[in-house]
Amino acid sequence: MAEIIEKLITTDEIKTDEYLVNIGPQHPSTHGVLRLLTKLEGEIVHNVEPHIGYIHSGIEKMTEALSYPQIVHLTDRMDYLSAHMNNEAVCLCVENALQVEVPERVKYIRTIFDELQRLASHQLWWCASGMDLGALTAFFYGLRDREDILDIFEETCGARLTLNYSVPGGVMFDIHPNFQKNVKAFITKFRKKLPEYDKLLTDNIIFQNRTKGIGILSKEDAIAYGVTGPTGRASGFSCDVRKHHPYSAYPYIKFEEKMGTEGDSFTRWKLRMDEMWESMNIIEQLIDNIPEGDFAVKMKGVIKLPEGEFYQRVESARGEFGVYIVSDGKKNPYRVKFRSPGFSNLFTINHIAKGWKIADLVAIMATFDLVIPDIDR
Amino acid sequence: MTNEQLIAHLTSAYPDANVKQGSQYPEITVSHDTAHALMVHLKSDASLAFDYLVCESGVDYPAFMQVVYHLESTSHRHFLVVKANTENRENPVLDTVADIWPTAEFHECEIYDLLGITFSNHPGLRRYFLDDTWGHPLRKDFKDDIHVVER
Repeated sequence: MAEIIEKLITTDEIKTDEYLVNIGPQHPSTHGVLRLLTKLEGEIVHNVEPHIGYIHSGIEKMTEALSYPQIVHLTDRMDYLSAHMNNEAVCLCVENALQVEVPERVKYIRTIFDELQRLASHQLWWCASGMDLGALTAFFYGLRDREDILDIFEETCGARLTLNYSVPGGVMFDIHPNFQKNVKAFITKFRKKLPEYDKLLTDNIIFQNRTKGIGILSKEDAIAYGVTGPTGRASGFSCDVRKHHPYSAYPYIKFEEKMGTEGDSFTRWKLRMDEMWESMNIIEQLIDNIPEGDFAVKMKGVIKLPEGEFYQRVESARGEFGVYIVSDGKKNPYRVKFRSPGFSNLFTINHIAKGWKIADLVAIMATFDLVIPDIDR
Repeated sequence: MTNEQLIAHLTSAYPDANVKQGSQYPEITVSHDTAHALMVHLKSDASLAFDYLVCESGVDYPAFMQVVYHLESTSHRHFLVVKANTENRENPVLDTVADIWPTAEFHECEIYDLLGITFSNHPGLRRYFLDDTWGHPLRKDFKDDIHVVER
């Protein structure tokens, strides 16, 4: 494929003038308000320049006027599909700065929620990227199964999308009495449903032709561009924060960091499918062993962080999410920076989409799993 | 390397720089003119090999601006925080590190947009989030009469 494209680019007889096409800001395959200024020659992409800022909400500026418990509630508006991981990152950062040890029960609950959230996020990614590639049926399958997880969330914390479940010192409420039963029922059900996903898309020859060997990102480039999460791991970059800097209950459990080698769109796809299996394994290890105890420790009414800088990294569904807090000892932070995985991931798109066709650009975008509020913040 | 070894190694290599153990990670603070050379060394030295720029953030202090680089080595798995201070606050300039870590190109555009720190030798510095009618909102002296209501 690459040789044919190379030949097409270099052959003078079919040469047309370069022209610019705006993909977005309102386009289904950009998953939100993202504009890709694409320089094309015929169907071949010569340059992609992402333009962001359409939904910039200034969250980092807002945090400077808010207290720490309030900041937690803002973070799930960024990457709304990894809401709980974002909440947890700020909570862990505050707890580490104050050297508060949360009860074991909290660690287990948070980790189970992390993995449920990852499953829900990957389900939505799966169905939406199927739709990007023209397979509409996938959308209904994915949303159907995601509904079960959202119901579990709703039962325990009252929210389906922006959970706000973690608070500094623990979680907001104890888990619902039906929580363990429902999670186990969901896992049993989803273990039967997940092979359907593979039958529907992964094994589909049309789908494979559109993704195999398309948009290759090498391991060196993944590291240099800071591409993390399933996207980076598909290129062989071992970047799982859960493995390398374990937090919450991750030190207690056995799990495998799924890795790929090819770095093409199909590997990124396959890796997220494997991660869903792994997430279910993690939940099964924890769900029956949630220790008894408090669901939160008592924190001071006004939380003040000691003077200094604190950095906390967690593995969100899209990659490494980081919170950098500079505190001057007051109840508001002096400066907060969110290192969002989508921001670093998005800007490799020019590097890997060059020379591919415009339909391949959509396949690359689909397997990058971008959430635009995460990038714009 | 452990944190202690990393601090010892950096102290011997850079006696002028301020190396200390921060609340979590080793930290090294350098001035604007030595920052680029230090970071070339951090990436190329085989015993350090900081090849992954995790996060780059700008902070506005009363006397100067600071750019904070969180670095990790994917081979040695050690972590370092580099802080580069600008000469002054009115006209903050630093050398870009986009030639060392390509991801810095985009983080620096964000810092330029929100804090107004200029990066020399940057391949394409432009505003990402806001248009030119805005100032630089993350500066402490930023005033916005239209969108911000003072209590």
